[in-house]
Amino acid sequence: MGKARRAATAADLAKQQREISVSEFFAKNRHLLGFDNPSKALLTTVKEGVDNALDACEEAAILPDVRVEIQELAEARFRVAIQDNGPGIVRAQVPRIFGRLLYGSKFHRLRQSRGQQGIGISAAGMYGLLTTGKPIAVTTRTGKRSPAHHFEIVIDTQRNEPKVQRDETVKWDAPHGTRVEIELEGNWRGGQHSVDNYVRQIALANPHAQITYLGPGKRPEDAVVHARVASQLPPDTAEIKPHPHGVELGVLMQMLRDTPARNLRGCLAGDFSRVSPRVADQICEAARVATTRRPREIGRDEAERIHAAIQKVRIMAPPTDCIAPIGEDLIARALRADVKADFVVARTRRPTVYRGNPFLVEVGLAYGGELPAEEPVTLYRFANRVPLQYQQGACAMTRAVVSTDWRAYGLQHPKGALPIGPLLLLVHIASVWVPFTSESKEAVAHYPEIIRELRLALQELGRKVSGHIRRRRREADEAKKRGYIEQYIPHLALALQEILGFDDRERERTARSLETVLERTRRI
Amino acid sequence: MAVRKPRKASRKKPAAKRDARVQASDAQTIGRIDDTARRLHETIRKGRRPDLALPVRALSNVSYDARRGWLEIGRQRKVRTLSVNTVKNFAQTLRMMSLSKELIRNNDFATKREAYYISKNWETCKFDEQIESDTVMDDIEALFSVDGVAREQLRFYPEEHGGSVSGPLVVIDRDATGRVARIDCTAFGSGAYSVPSSVEELGFETDAAFVLLIETGGMFQRLQSHRFWERANCILVEMGGVPTRAVRRFVRRLAEERRLPVYAFVDCDPYGIANIYRTLKVGSGSAAHVNRFFCVPSACFLGVTPQDIVDYQLPTHPLKEVDVKRAKDALRNDPFFQRHKAWRDAIEQLVGMGVRAEQQALAKWGLNYVIDEYLPRKLEHPERFLP
Repeated sequence: MGKARRAATAADLAKQQREISVSEFFAKNRHLLGFDNPSKALLTTVKEGVDNALDACEEAAILPDVRVEIQELAEARFRVAIQDNGPGIVRAQVPRIFGRLLYGSKFHRLRQSRGQQGIGISAAGMYGLLTTGKPIAVTTRTGKRSPAHHFEIVIDTQRNEPKVQRDETVKWDAPHGTRVEIELEGNWRGGQHSVDNYVRQIALANPHAQITYLGPGKRPEDAVVHARVASQLPPDTAEIKPHPHGVELGVLMQMLRDTPARNLRGCLAGDFSRVSPRVADQICEAARVATTRRPREIGRDEAERIHAAIQKVRIMAPPTDCIAPIGEDLIARALRADVKADFVVARTRRPTVYRGNPFLVEVGLAYGGELPAEEPVTLYRFANRVPLQYQQGACAMTRAVVSTDWRAYGLQHPKGALPIGPLLLLVHIASVWVPFTSESKEAVAHYPEIIRELRLALQELGRKVSGHIRRRRREADEAKKRGYIEQYIPHLALALQEILGFDDRERERTARSLETVLERTRRI
Repeated sequence: MAVRKPRKASRKKPAAKRDARVQASDAQTIGRIDDTARRLHETIRKGRRPDLALPVRALSNVSYDARRGWLEIGRQRKVRTLSVNTVKNFAQTLRMMSLSKELIRNNDFATKREAYYISKNWETCKFDEQIESDTVMDDIEALFSVDGVAREQLRFYPEEHGGSVSGPLVVIDRDATGRVARIDCTAFGSGAYSVPSSVEELGFETDAAFVLLIETGGMFQRLQSHRFWERANCILVEMGGVPTRAVRRFVRRLAEERRLPVYAFVDCDPYGIANIYRTLKVGSGSAAHVNRFFCVPSACFLGVTPQDIVDYQLPTHPLKEVDVKRAKDALRNDPFFQRHKAWRDAIEQLVGMGVRAEQQALAKWGLNYVIDEYLPRKLEHPERFLP
């Protein structure tokens, strides 16, 4: 027998119990944020920087001009710099934005934007700090009249607090904008998960942005410039209230507690989208709860009845001006600028709803040309214009592509895999709240409504491309037959001449007659 | 391709009316080539699509003509009309006809392989594989066969080896210079005379009593080196499997012109019976359009018969699956075997025993048993040979 276990008292335990800082939690669980390994960390850092840059420009109604620079400082050591021409950041806010997790403008509202939780860029900065000990460097300027500020910030992971190491005024050429530099341990890789690929895809999904990209080891004049395809910003998207169909019971109870409204009718009509007083009455009637009840006094049972009643009452779909598609025309133009294809087509579906959240899907398709014919199709996935490069297999968009019957459209399609052929698919989901499977935002969850919409869009484009494929085959057949006629008629005429011994003029006349005869049959 | 019955008013005299033994002269062959070309040319100049009506070459379009003694091609034709899809074939067919006409005019010939190489000058019309040029040749042959034109008249010769011949026969031949040669088939020592590709111009002098056709080279060698031809006063011909067209034609002319009986001595298995012997006697399905030239209807079957396996207690091998299939196919689909009950019984006996025996199995009783016992005993009763 070993020694008796020493029992901890509640008081002992209490000494060990303390709040876990969010930053500390994420420092230990960085894989949740996309920093699992050095190559992915490099990509995620670029991604978070570009997302922020684009969002900032768009909110300030500035056509984005984003510059991505990556320098390889040493073996496995990189410096990433993202610079935009956005509105800049007010000096007082800079430390909190870059030096604190879960601080942002996007979490508390239902509105289509790239970032959601406000973790991204500060997490990248923290990753840099953890791996290299170097602070995140930010230069920002809000306008011609104000000076540019330069900061160096580290995050105190214990307290989720920024610590400013340097704060100075500097000279900067740009009239406004922000430049973020992060030094980090990374790993350069090519292929599907590469930064190169990311830049190409982000340019595809953001045809209104100009993206300049300077990869490691490149001279400034060799920078890749993805020129702007569209000179108009995407339409501004409205912020919306939650739609009753998407609200869970717990959230509903919380809302009832927090509402400023005096009665249930007022709460329903005032805090939800698409609920008129009349609809509110219908809900109350179906739930057998008086419309005049004070929301705060509604108990669990009643809340449950209200929640069930909501599903029974017909309520208009949420407003859809809150989501902005890239648009069929722009997708097609961006695809044409990106690949040399024979056939490009795009489809934007009308917005619809999953769990009360409006969303829409759009698909672009490029076929033929220089796309590889014998490989699985290239699938580019986007959520709110952000490329998703990891976890392709786990994503609803992939599921929708795989479960569409491409054989019907003239492509090879092995069971349970991507179809094979010279095809590039761009799939985009825009929503006020994209249901990712994890915080690292790599794959979209399998909501049946989403998959259904995706499949409908894919099928529409499938029909179009199959028309094109058939037309192409017909044309190729025609050309081959045409060639046949041209190749063999002279031989037929020559053989007849040899046997029958007529002169060259007769041979030519025979050849001409033959051509007429065959041309006529060809059209039948 | 459309298969149709020929129109009532056939363009040419029906095949059956012509003397089967007479093959077309050079002038007639050229005439047929010219006629075909002229008809095509006129149709084209009238702005219409020309066509070629080819006899269907398959057992399904074959019947056994017991009176004449060969498998006769039926009246089914497949009509090939000039179209985008057939223009290449038309061009190749006509160029091949033109080549044939040139060969006849120059009194030359081309082997099937040579013709294939000549086509390499035809640019896009060239043949990629010899099988393609062979098929076009067969088509032309089939097209003209009603008029007594076979591939040999078109001056395309096969590369096939001729059979070996030994015995009391003098072949009168002339070489390219026109010099007449008298070839004594007893004077080859341990070797033998070899049947040439074209036998139409050969003459024969013989006092032999019959012709004995032998399947294998081994058996031929035994009978030849022991001068069996002298003892039995016969002409020995080695077939080497299914006899070539030249061998069949050679034996046919010899048999008909010198009024000699022809006996076949082959292995006792479905291949020896249904392929070698059947093709020798009545021709084949795929070359049905020329069977009337290339078969020996008077031939009969000396052995080895299924009954011989029993009577001579021959060593056997089991029948393989393909053998059984071949035998059943003969019983079910071959118009020749269907016509002769004796054959049906024999084949059924063989399948029933489930075994086969080779000619050389007779060596079990001694190397020269076949010469001293088997053949003399058999030859005493030719009336017992299978038909």
